[in-house]
Amino acid sequence: MLLRHTPTEIKERSALSINPAKTCQPIGAMYAALGVKGCLPHSHGSQGCCAYHRSTLTRHYKEPVMAATSSFTEGSSVFGGQSNLVQAIDNIFTIYNPEVIAVHTTCLSETIGDDLTQITRKAHEEGKVPAGKHIIYASTPSYVGSHVTGFANMVKGMVNCLSEKTEVKNGKMNIIPGYVEPSDMEEIKRIASEMGISTIMFPDTSNVLNGPQTGRYHMFPRGGVSVEDLKSTGDSMATIALGKTASSAAALALETKCGVKCDILDLPIGLHGTDRYVDALRKMACVSVPDSINRDRGQLVDVITDMHQYFYGKKVAIAGDPDQLIALTEFLVSIDMYPVHVVTGTPGKQFEKTILDLTKHLPVKVNVKSHSDLFMLHQWIKNEPVDLLIANTYGKYIARDEDIPFIRYGFPILDRVGHSYFPTVGYKGGLRLVEKILDAILERKDRDAPEENFELVM
Amino acid sequence: MTDISILDERKKQIFTKGNDDFEMKCESQSVSGSVSQRACVFCGSRVVLYPIADALHLVHGPIGCAAYTWDIRGALSSGPQLHRLSFSTDLRETNVIFGGEKKLYAALTQLIEMYKPKAAFVYATCIVGVIGDDVDSICRKVTEETGIPVIPVHSEGFKGTKKDGYAAACQALFTLFDNFSPNMDEKPKFAINILGEFNIGGEAWIIKEYYRRMGVNIISVMTGDGRVDDIRNAPLASLNVVQCSGSMTGLAKMMKEKFGIPYIQVSYFGVEDTAKALYDVAEFFGDAELLKNTSEMIKAEIAEIHPEVLSIRRQLEGRKAAVYVGGAFKAFSLLKALKNIGMDVVVIGSQTGAKEDYKTLKEICDPGTIIVDDASSLELAKFIIEKKADLVIGGVKERPIAYKMGIGFCDHNHERKIPLAGFEGMLHFAREVRNTVLSPVWKLFPARNEVKKESSGKAA
Ligand code: SF4
Ligand code: SF4
Repeated sequence: MLLRHTPTEIKERSALSINPAKTCQPIGAMYAALGVKGCLPHSHGSQGCCAYHRSTLTRHYKEPVMAATSSFTEGSSVFGGQSNLVQAIDNIFTIYNPEVIAVHTTCLSETIGDDLTQITRKAHEEGKVPAGKHIIYASTPSYVGSHVTGFANMVKGMVNCLSEKTEVKNGKMNIIPGYVEPSDMEEIKRIASEMGISTIMFPDTSNVLNGPQTGRYHMFPRGGVSVEDLKSTGDSMATIALGKTASSAAALALETKCGVKCDILDLPIGLHGTDRYVDALRKMACVSVPDSINRDRGQLVDVITDMHQYFYGKKVAIAGDPDQLIALTEFLVSIDMYPVHVVTGTPGKQFEKTILDLTKHLPVKVNVKSHSDLFMLHQWIKNEPVDLLIANTYGKYIARDEDIPFIRYGFPILDRVGHSYFPTVGYKGGLRLVEKILDAILERKDRDAPEENFELVM
Repeated sequence: MTDISILDERKKQIFTKGNDDFEMKCESQSVSGSVSQRACVFCGSRVVLYPIADALHLVHGPIGCAAYTWDIRGALSSGPQLHRLSFSTDLRETNVIFGGEKKLYAALTQLIEMYKPKAAFVYATCIVGVIGDDVDSICRKVTEETGIPVIPVHSEGFKGTKKDGYAAACQALFTLFDNFSPNMDEKPKFAINILGEFNIGGEAWIIKEYYRRMGVNIISVMTGDGRVDDIRNAPLASLNVVQCSGSMTGLAKMMKEKFGIPYIQVSYFGVEDTAKALYDVAEFFGDAELLKNTSEMIKAEIAEIHPEVLSIRRQLEGRKAAVYVGGAFKAFSLLKALKNIGMDVVVIGSQTGAKEDYKTLKEICDPGTIIVDDASSLELAKFIIEKKADLVIGGVKERPIAYKMGIGFCDHNHERKIPLAGFEGMLHFAREVRNTVLSPVWKLFPARNEVKKESSGKAA
């Protein structure tokens, strides 16, 4: 009963966050940067932030996560961090020799007003950036947004700093996968290639944060989108951006900068979400959907219908990032489950409206709140119990206290593996989600069944 | 991979015994642009104070600082669990422009009303230092209004290293003794405080049990499984026993000055050091009965674990270890304990070691051992390969690197779930090292052997 301190009675809390459902912008920027080949993320601020972001990513992916820091001192916080950053850039290229440095700000450097555009220009002018090497950057103070917006900002930074338009089209499709797991990025890419479309996906953390064990430690793993490909995004035929919060900023920036048309979709989680992704690919690339994809879809539908008796009317509480929650809500509703409590830590009013829209036909009241926390979610659950909880690792406290079946989903997951290897997007990912949901619910049914009702076949 | 160049600024922070002869440079900020393993002032304060379970811990800053320190340490409590929740003022843009004092006040009063804690610690993070909130005066005001001590912890991250955070935490604990004047006649017999023990995996419970069997009274543990009232009574003790020297010697010094309580430095890691710690305390009191109890208990405990440790030693004989930990004192104990189970230490380093610490390290390690201060993962990887280590001992960021290179790993930081303190802990440690070093999983990827061959020519 770790959360015995959570009262049932709900009071207005304007000044205070208890058990957050989000983390801060730089970690999202760092994650995005890791999806660029040969890139070293750089945190422009005190060393503490960087250490925390690296530990959290390391715990989530169980992979080494490298990032450098400007190591602010008292002096830099008074006089500005320009000289720290310029020196850092010089040091980094000298010792670690990355292709790209991806600089993001922290609360501190942002508050004292460091201007990355100007500082990186200075680094170039002073000859600190060797020929053929690059700096990308994004402004990511944490007193606005969340890790998801930090991710969005850095992806936009890739476009701003690297995308180019030449007169020659490359015949490729840009895909911005959103804030999802490396396994999801891999699946999103696979679906497109299955349809015969060549893509530039950015960022791409597959093979960076779910790479194979080789017995060697590489500071820059093999995966990631290359600088050439990033430059070439300006010459692609179109962009598909998945997840509004995480991906639309970059897609729109690319449209403005290089005139590449974009289609912004929800994440391809579940049946309808994936249908729309596949359809967008089909239309934009003028290809037809191959049998293999139809077969994947058919399998998902088959399992859902076989097992639908266990879904209907089940109440679910979900917490996580807005893009994922929107897609997840749609999926849950489509299999006849009721997402009754929906909480994200990321700010944004549109989110609440979208969730309410998706759930308006349900015969139950739906609680939804953006810029909220897990304490709120717990209070809601106390007042209106649910059959299933889907949230990141921290949800385990609530699940245990209230004795609810629990599925780990989102970021961070610190106490389980699998998320970086098995997708939850696409039809295959949908199958895995359904399996997880069924496992959780049926496991519970078995556990609670009285002797005479404990059955072999379910 | 092994020809990574080392920054000039860093050269004085790396020392090879037998080859080099210079004073270690340490206790400095990491160089800009380095992939440093170091954390910040806030991190230091937070880890020291966090285990006080019946206090409120409010992080005044943007959400991240609180989110990343939410229940990551596993400091167990036998009672209240308030310390394991995450409270933050979650500063937003308007607060950064107009200040966060009002928000802090509102959050504090609301939380104190809700949870009725025994005390509250308010951690000021980087941004609070920059926007200039007067945290002290808000804390004073809330103290007056609520009657519980509301203590500001000045832990702005950029103001130094983790060590400065320890100092800020000591300062905060010290304010709990305000208005306390112990009556010498009330001093309990054979009473001590344990400082610098954080009850990871229940270690404080093991140590307390030893003292109980010896006949020593424990007034407070700082701060593992800590309680505010116990800590407030700490000045009643006759001796402070400091384990984690880096974090708590500061407080011990302050208590010595103000209350005349002497202190000793000990370690409860490894057979030798644990036994020495317990004897030192018994000898301090000099009571015959106490001494007798102590030696009997130690003998019994050692007899209990000895056969198994010995058999593990036989399995591990001659294997090599690389150690990279937070505090230097911990490094000394690890060195001895590893020798105890037959392993040679070939690389050893710390994040926060002081000059004297490195002097000691230089004395006690074998020739050829590389000693580093504030190393980056990359440097570590380089030395580990060069020295052909079979085991890495470190923290969360080192684990996957060790695994990637196909090398065993043992967490001696805060990710571990089993206690490594005391005699019982030594056995756990020996087993864990054996299990990882001798695990068949390393045979699943032959590349490791290639790496070993490749690097053998370049070894220093
Ligand atoms: S903001 Fe400052 S206090 Fe917070 S984690 Fe970063 S360095 Fe530490
Ligand atoms: S200071 Fe800002 S960037 Fe750093 S950890 Fe805290 S919230 Fe994140």
